[in-house]
Amino acid sequence: MKAIVTVVGEDKKGIIAKVSTALYENDINIQDISQTIMQNMFTMIMLIDFHSSSISVQEIADKLNMVAEEMGLSIHVQREEIFTSMHRI
Amino acid sequence: MINPFEIRETIDMIDKENLDIRTITMGISLKSCAGPDINIVCDKVYDKITSYAKDLVKTGEDIEQQFGIPIINKRISVTPIASLVDALDHPNIYKCVKLAQTLDKAAKACGVNFIGGYTALVHKGFTNGERVLIDSIPEALASTDLVCSSVNIGSTKAGINMDAVALMGRVIKRAAELTKDTQGFACAKLVVFCNAVEDNPFMAGAFLGEGEGECVINVGVSGPGVVKCALEKVKGEDFSVVAETIKKTAFKITRMGQLVAMEASKRLKVPFGIVDLSLAPTPAVGDSVAYILEEMGLEQCGTHGTTAALALLNDAVKKGGVMASSSVGGLSGAFIPVSEDAGMIEAAKSGCLTLEKLEAMTCVCSVGLDMIVLPGNTTADTISAIIADEAAVGMVNTKTTAVRVIPAPGAEVGDIVEFGGLLGTGPVMPVHKESSAEFIARGGRIPAPLQALKN
Repeated sequence: MKAIVTVVGEDKKGIIAKVSTALYENDINIQDISQTIMQNMFTMIMLIDFHSSSISVQEIADKLNMVAEEMGLSIHVQREEIFTSMHRI
Repeated sequence: MINPFEIRETIDMIDKENLDIRTITMGISLKSCAGPDINIVCDKVYDKITSYAKDLVKTGEDIEQQFGIPIINKRISVTPIASLVDALDHPNIYKCVKLAQTLDKAAKACGVNFIGGYTALVHKGFTNGERVLIDSIPEALASTDLVCSSVNIGSTKAGINMDAVALMGRVIKRAAELTKDTQGFACAKLVVFCNAVEDNPFMAGAFLGEGEGECVINVGVSGPGVVKCALEKVKGEDFSVVAETIKKTAFKITRMGQLVAMEASKRLKVPFGIVDLSLAPTPAVGDSVAYILEEMGLEQCGTHGTTAALALLNDAVKKGGVMASSSVGGLSGAFIPVSEDAGMIEAAKSGCLTLEKLEAMTCVCSVGLDMIVLPGNTTADTISAIIADEAAVGMVNTKTTAVRVIPAPGAEVGDIVEFGGLLGTGPVMPVHKESSAEFIARGGRIPAPLQALKN
């Protein structure tokens, strides 16, 4: 199962480090990553794979929310299908 | 990987533009519960609903979290209860109310927001059970919290049952009187249909129709805010651009509905029925159908041009949505419930939006005169006449129309009635003072319209 992580917020040091550490600690593989500044906001989009992990989407969302609170960011974790179904025929 | 701009677009639709799945509605057939003994029937009804729908709310919440899309309501629709009443020994109002309370108890046990199907289909005539059930509606709605009721009084093939129309005017008045402490709230849970559909997931009119299976999942999408935001980007462009923009947006919204419906169907092991492609507003600012019409260039919803704007919107939503779902049904179109739409509330308050204009609007959009608060002294005959007019629109145009009006006890034109939650705030709208009593007193049936030789 795959999910998309989106991280939006004020740019600061350590965002990628903290998010990817949380994913690594839960045995989640990052398959793709794109990061840019959109409308003056740090915006990162990751494609993650739960294949080898025993954790659920909800659980990783809770863990990343802790990172989000700590760093003043907004983090969404959503199953990939919501984007593919909306934007691909 | 998916384009980052597309990902942002989806997230903005949900976070900023109020995109949501309005409802996952599980339809449950109660045909197997029929019998002569009311106590046994109630036990069977309770057991069947609570066993079929026990995981509905949890499944909805799981999908909501995993996909990051809000699912506002989880609901249940059942076989029209009148068919159970017909099978009872000596049906009476007391037994009907007991059935309604059983539905309420089962809905609360499952944790759903509403249960629909306290329904009778009497477009051509009444059975004994149907007559008793309709008589019991005011007490049933006043003594329950989550039960929704609907009565079909007309159809294109059968005409309009004017005896039922007359009866429903009195039923609505009595329902309002019994709940005068909450300004006639029971009426917000009661809808009178012409050409009712069998697979509607939206309340108050949801029931599981005669032709439906044992259990089914129907999904209703929403998203007026998303359409309005999309139209903001094509300001000043001509109507073909407007229509294209709405179609594309409706496609995207409906894809969400289809995804959620398929996922819910898989997890609950219940067949997928339909996606209802409706633009259903909520009182939240930015989630209004009226604002879409105003975005097209009208100063306020209700002014000249409103019907044309709504016709375009309704058609484009269907065209965009139909390809996005494997099975479309329900009421599919734009809803115009006055008290549930921030823009309509404002327009009704200012006097720009009138009952007559709303009636014209219902000729070209989904459903009908919805969530309209009337003065408390409106007579049952006048309400019946409003129902007859609206049913005529549905009957002649081969479409579903409905009336959900609240004659709020003690309220006068200019007052504001608060219902709270999704049901919103209703300004009391004026009705004609001239009597329709003799017209309604005639009774009988308005014959079905000729379907050929149209010009």
